[in-house]
Amino acid sequence: MSLGLRVLILLLAPLLVVVLGLAVRRPRFSEYLNLAASVATLLIAAPLPFAAGLPATLLGGYLIVDPLGAWVAMCVAVVYLLSSIYAIGYMRRDVHRQTQLPLFYALLAGFALTMLAAPLVNSIGVYWIAIELTTLVSTFLVGFERNAESMEAAWKYIIVVSSGISLALLGTTLLYWGGTFVYGETYRLTWASLVQAAPHMPPVLLKLGFLLTLIGYGTKVGLAPMHTWLPDAHSEGPAPVSAMLSGALLNTAMLGIVRFLAATDAAGQGALPHTALVVLGVLSLLVGALFIVRQTQIKRLMAYSSVEHMGVLALGFGFGGPLGVAGALYHMINHSLAKPLLFFGAGNAMHRYGSKRIADMRGVWRVFPVSGALWLCGAVAITGAPPFGLFLSEFTVLRAGWATPYLWAAIVMLVLLIVIFVGFLNHFRVMYLAAPARAPANHLADESVRWHAAWRVLPMALPLVPLLLLGLWWPASWTALFRIIASALGAGP
Amino acid sequence: MLAAHLDPLAASLFSLLAIASLLLAFVMLGSRWLKDYMLAFAAQSWLIGLLSALIGYYGGYRELYWVALLTVLFRGIVLPWLILRILRRLRTARELHVILSTSTSLVIGAAAVIFALVVGMRIAADLGIASTVVVLALTVMFSMKLIGFLMLTLRHEAISQILGILVLENGIFLGTQILVPGMPLMIELVLLFDLLVAVACFGVLVSYLLAHIGSTSSHELRRLTG
Repeated sequence: MSLGLRVLILLLAPLLVVVLGLAVRRPRFSEYLNLAASVATLLIAAPLPFAAGLPATLLGGYLIVDPLGAWVAMCVAVVYLLSSIYAIGYMRRDVHRQTQLPLFYALLAGFALTMLAAPLVNSIGVYWIAIELTTLVSTFLVGFERNAESMEAAWKYIIVVSSGISLALLGTTLLYWGGTFVYGETYRLTWASLVQAAPHMPPVLLKLGFLLTLIGYGTKVGLAPMHTWLPDAHSEGPAPVSAMLSGALLNTAMLGIVRFLAATDAAGQGALPHTALVVLGVLSLLVGALFIVRQTQIKRLMAYSSVEHMGVLALGFGFGGPLGVAGALYHMINHSLAKPLLFFGAGNAMHRYGSKRIADMRGVWRVFPVSGALWLCGAVAITGAPPFGLFLSEFTVLRAGWATPYLWAAIVMLVLLIVIFVGFLNHFRVMYLAAPARAPANHLADESVRWHAAWRVLPMALPLVPLLLLGLWWPASWTALFRIIASALGAGP
Repeated sequence: MLAAHLDPLAASLFSLLAIASLLLAFVMLGSRWLKDYMLAFAAQSWLIGLLSALIGYYGGYRELYWVALLTVLFRGIVLPWLILRILRRLRTARELHVILSTSTSLVIGAAAVIFALVVGMRIAADLGIASTVVVLALTVMFSMKLIGFLMLTLRHEAISQILGILVLENGIFLGTQILVPGMPLMIELVLLFDLLVAVACFGVLVSYLLAHIGSTSSHELRRLTG
């Protein structure tokens, strides 16, 4: 299949769910159509980073498929599939809102579409618009439950992220202005032309433009101290949406920062941008650690864990070099595999116990042994313990930091990761081992009818296989790919 | 670039429009009536539309006439109309809770303009551009950015927060017109369209806020903490 056809299917599949789902308006139809679309998306996206002849431009240069963008699209597709499976069981539970399911799946597929398109667009202005569109679509997913908490979360999300991302637009304008000193008044600002123009741009515009885009897209990535929207949005949306926000959305915004970083590197102005990224990464880890240790609500716990992992990504790209980039990319896919598992476990627990509070969740072993065991494996994986993939990727980022002037950041990262490991798993220790204060048995009887166990447990079991595999064996073809990406970013040998 | 060598009449017209837009941002900062914000925003958009047309005329950018027309249409008419519709559904006509008095926020706004001027002068000096129009464009762009953020933090009503974001975008738009008039037309059109979609989304959310929280003041949004 030609590359163009594959990208076309990749983008058309979710679009079909939006159009057909809203036209037919049958809950079951939308469910399965969305599932089929997500399977198709993953089948196309998974081999895309390894396709021959990359980077290639399509549609007269408006789309670009490069290994880095394809890698991010692959992460999006993984999370989209897992969320689509889980959503079937999760959303069927609320029998009173079945008529709204076509809308839900249309929004979910639309969200996936914007996130698949963002890494592939070749214009910096259009990338900004794609990221803004992800916000607009996902706001309604965050507020889908329509209660006071989810509305509050949706409002904070759209206001904080829209105002933050307007800084990225200002940065983009300044970079475009910088480009006019090289190319003349009118030109197309693509990622490649930015990197080519960067060495000849006035440094003041390049640096200011980068810092503004870093803060703007950093808001969307959820880097501290711009993370304030993230715990609210991630905790109040339905669990499949939380997984999409955390596992997929944050990466697509991180991609923009990485590409702007490549431009400043090409211009030899990398010192300040790298330091800024490292500082934001350390701050994110710090905020994550502080809020994880004393967290009382289960999904906010997972949300702060996302802040932490975005901090690790920022550190990986901030440390730079082939090792830092490889570690960050490896971490990206590992996080995309592990985080949905955790949010799904949290969704199951919230439905079983009828509460969001960790304090109400006791005796998980006895209440749901199978998905409980999977959830615990996920928790061990996400804290970066061996033998799971996140251990390898965090260790690689740490090793990358050791050889740079940012040794201090690597040491702080190590300490904070240990704090997070202890704090995060302590919550799980209490949930699994402490005796239940009150038996949730009265829930169980009528729940068992609407539990849809297979849909809810399968997407938790699926990602554990690659997570374990990636923890034991680092594929050689990936090493080669990471080397290509690193040299394309100007960080390679 | 265009702004570096302008004839005096064009330069003074551009400056006049940029400064008038900045003054309207201060009108928004200084008023507590929601309708005033909306009118000031509409007037600001008209001025920016006029600026686009003038730049198109003096710089010979034909496509900027379209941008000007669509700016006036979208930002000057459709957006204010959408906001007016949201306003009609609300029970509040003005800001009830104030963090800072009007005069204090005006003084902070003035300080923001001075900061923006210093930054703008530094950038222009670094680039070796002596044109006052460039410095002015940078100053107005940065200070409208800062004033927009000031409005977002000092105001509680949902409508003020939407307008705060629109002021942020107006600032960028104004700066873009003067500094990079050659920016591809498609980008500008899509940005305009994007803004329209964004405000429609805001409108839907505001009505949800009313229905589920019973208020559109962010004062009431304090359930989610920690």
